[in-house]
Amino acid sequence: MRRLALVIGAALLLHATPSRAVQPDEVLPDAMLEQRARHLSRELRCMVCQNQSIDDSDAPLARDLRLLVRERLKAGDSDQQVLDFLTVRYGDFVLLRPPLNWRTALLWGMPLGTLIVGGVVAFITVRRHRRNSSTEGSANHAMPLTLDEEARIAALLQKAPDQPPAR
Amino acid sequence: MIAEIGHYALVLALALALIQAVVPLVGARIKDPVMMSVAGPTALAQLAFVGLSFAALTTLYVISDFSVVNVFENSHSAKPLSYKISGVWGNHEGSMLLWALILALFGALVALFGRNLPPTLRANVLAVQSFIAVAFEFFILATSNPFARLAQPPFEGRDLNPVLQDIGLAVHPPLLYLGYVGFSISFSFAVAALIEGRIDAAWARWVRPWTLAAWMFLTLGIAMGSYWAYYELGWGGWWFWDPVENASLMPWIAGTALLHSALVMEKRNALKVWTVLLAILTFSLSLLGTFLVRSGVLTSVHTFATDPTRGVFILAILIFFIGGSLALYAWRAPSLKQGGLFAPISREGALVLNNLLLTTACATVFVGTLYPLALEALTGDKISVGPPFFNATFGPLFLPLMIAMPFGPLLAWKRGDLLGAAQRLTLAFAVALIAMATVFAIEWGGPVLAPFLIGVAVFAMIGALIDLKERIQLFHQPFAVSLRRLVGLPRSAIGTAIAHFGLGVCLLGIACEANYGAERILSMKAGQTVSIRGYDLTFDNLVSRAGPNYRELVARFTVRSGGTTIGVLDPSKRTFQARNSSTTEAALLTRGFSQIYLSLGDVSDDGSVAIRLYHKPLVLLIWLGSVVMVFGGAMSLSDRRLRIGAPRVARRRNLQPAE
Repeated sequence: MRRLALVIGAALLLHATPSRAVQPDEVLPDAMLEQRARHLSRELRCMVCQNQSIDDSDAPLARDLRLLVRERLKAGDSDQQVLDFLTVRYGDFVLLRPPLNWRTALLWGMPLGTLIVGGVVAFITVRRHRRNSSTEGSANHAMPLTLDEEARIAALLQKAPDQPPAR
Repeated sequence: MIAEIGHYALVLALALALIQAVVPLVGARIKDPVMMSVAGPTALAQLAFVGLSFAALTTLYVISDFSVVNVFENSHSAKPLSYKISGVWGNHEGSMLLWALILALFGALVALFGRNLPPTLRANVLAVQSFIAVAFEFFILATSNPFARLAQPPFEGRDLNPVLQDIGLAVHPPLLYLGYVGFSISFSFAVAALIEGRIDAAWARWVRPWTLAAWMFLTLGIAMGSYWAYYELGWGGWWFWDPVENASLMPWIAGTALLHSALVMEKRNALKVWTVLLAILTFSLSLLGTFLVRSGVLTSVHTFATDPTRGVFILAILIFFIGGSLALYAWRAPSLKQGGLFAPISREGALVLNNLLLTTACATVFVGTLYPLALEALTGDKISVGPPFFNATFGPLFLPLMIAMPFGPLLAWKRGDLLGAAQRLTLAFAVALIAMATVFAIEWGGPVLAPFLIGVAVFAMIGALIDLKERIQLFHQPFAVSLRRLVGLPRSAIGTAIAHFGLGVCLLGIACEANYGAERILSMKAGQTVSIRGYDLTFDNLVSRAGPNYRELVARFTVRSGGTTIGVLDPSKRTFQARNSSTTEAALLTRGFSQIYLSLGDVSDDGSVAIRLYHKPLVLLIWLGSVVMVFGGAMSLSDRRLRIGAPRVARRRNLQPAE
């Protein structure tokens, strides 16, 4: 009976104070293995959270996954094997770094693609502009003034002598 | 009564906005000066009425009028006054009203300071600005009325989400909105220029200070939000590549690109078509940011609104403004004539490279943020795009930018000398190499990339200083001459050097924090001691305290370094009765630019506590660097060349009697 009361008490306490990300009891004694586990945790998504890795999340599922990762590592899996193991179970959704395949080709190819296309367009535009202007002379990019502006310039020119120069 | 006044004021503001959107636009078309001059007074009146509406809502919060739904849902009578006020924008309705208020504020500022603008441009700008106001004020009134009443007023409110009860919330959204909405000015100018079909260097001179001001606010807002997440969320991270963070980062990157391309346009009359497009894109990304956060399309940590009808409404606003302005652009941009010529190796060329890299970085964040949504909508497949993706793609785009950055200001306009610039940067290369080698030697076996990052940061910082040194010819001329040159230097040149230096500082902080931080996760009992990076922390005791509207459990730790006590850390866990929710308050101890970060986990029955302890080397430089960037922006904003296009001010000055 006392034991039950203790469990309920602990449960209530847990509810009031949510557990925070990696817990002390999860940490592996082997520092190298723990470091690998932490590294893998940052690559894995907490499936029930919004955009949190299991390393940051306090959800119970994240804790389960963290323990699972450590279990696989203790069993001697390589990092890739752990990721593969989880991908088979949960799909690509669990990976925060989406794998490169035909569905993500656009995603991964976009940065370099934009850079190259943008660079080529910029280069061609600047060159064509230079060539056009050097053949046609420089008069063609002088901006015509509107009548309004002509009037204002005339007014300013008339006024100028009596006014001290603007600082 | 107050609620009704607020509501009615907003309706009147909408009516004014409609007038301001239509009459000056028609006036500019038929060249009717009377119709065009309607824009100014209506813009000021609009500010007055939106301001009245906002003041009414604030009053309702201060007096805790729980007959208003919005106040009931987000406030509590026991909440401290400052959080009652900041709670006004800590929810969807109130934050949209803040958006509208800032929009009206910027409109009024253009009306006030834009008296020297060509009348048609001024009328068009204010009309376009008012179109945005119409959309948002109508959105608030139709879907998000903050003044709705409850039939049976309860005695007590539901309180604000405890995570938001923080000084960070009081400051972060207003700064962010000042940035987002500030870009509406560049947008309005761009659209007005397209409507008129002409654009020139004076236009860029007009747009640049507004863009710069918006950029400064956005920089501060993002930095503030990042620091808030760092100390409030309790796991020591400061950037999560969360969609909502990305939503604010995208306009920032585009705005940074706009600042640089507007410079080319102002000085050399080139890149016009591109600058107009960037101005449109920057504000479109601001709108998109608002949409992403407000519509609940990505339900994430920050989202407090999840209502699809609002989402559809905002989507309509997005389509109208982004689609409309881009269509106008496609139609009118070809008629804009290109100006000044330049060689690929030149200041202009460097700024084009800057724009290319920034635009690509922005596109990367854009695609990374929206790709999972699009893929799920199109194929039903769910993928995650998280920090590992962004670090792998964003980093390689930003590093070349940082390396190229010191070269830009050293190149001449039109045709530059790359070799000469490199020679002048010899010192920066040397110092960066020494820094790299030193870090590599000290942290032997550590992360391989980190020394390189630190080298790039140092190169950017020293490079910015060399730019300044070259301009004042320090060591080439007597010191007195250099000093005179420094005083005579255009403020914008000093501002550029400061801002570039700040970006280097920021990268230094990022590189150190991300690679050389130490972490301990353990369970401790009172009296036990833990060490991290030469600091010893002793867990003294655990006490329970009462706050104004919460109870907290505080753990007290004494920090010693080499036997002497250097401080006390008291991280806590707060429980808020009103919502039965809790927050973790991390404790921070600052040593130089580094920090010791301590966050509390579970408390067991036997009195032991789980803790997460970090040593974060040079972490403060991340935010300090941002502040330095903003300071550089402020310096540049004070440049008289940005004000000289304002003859009215000069005339007024001349009228004053000499003293």
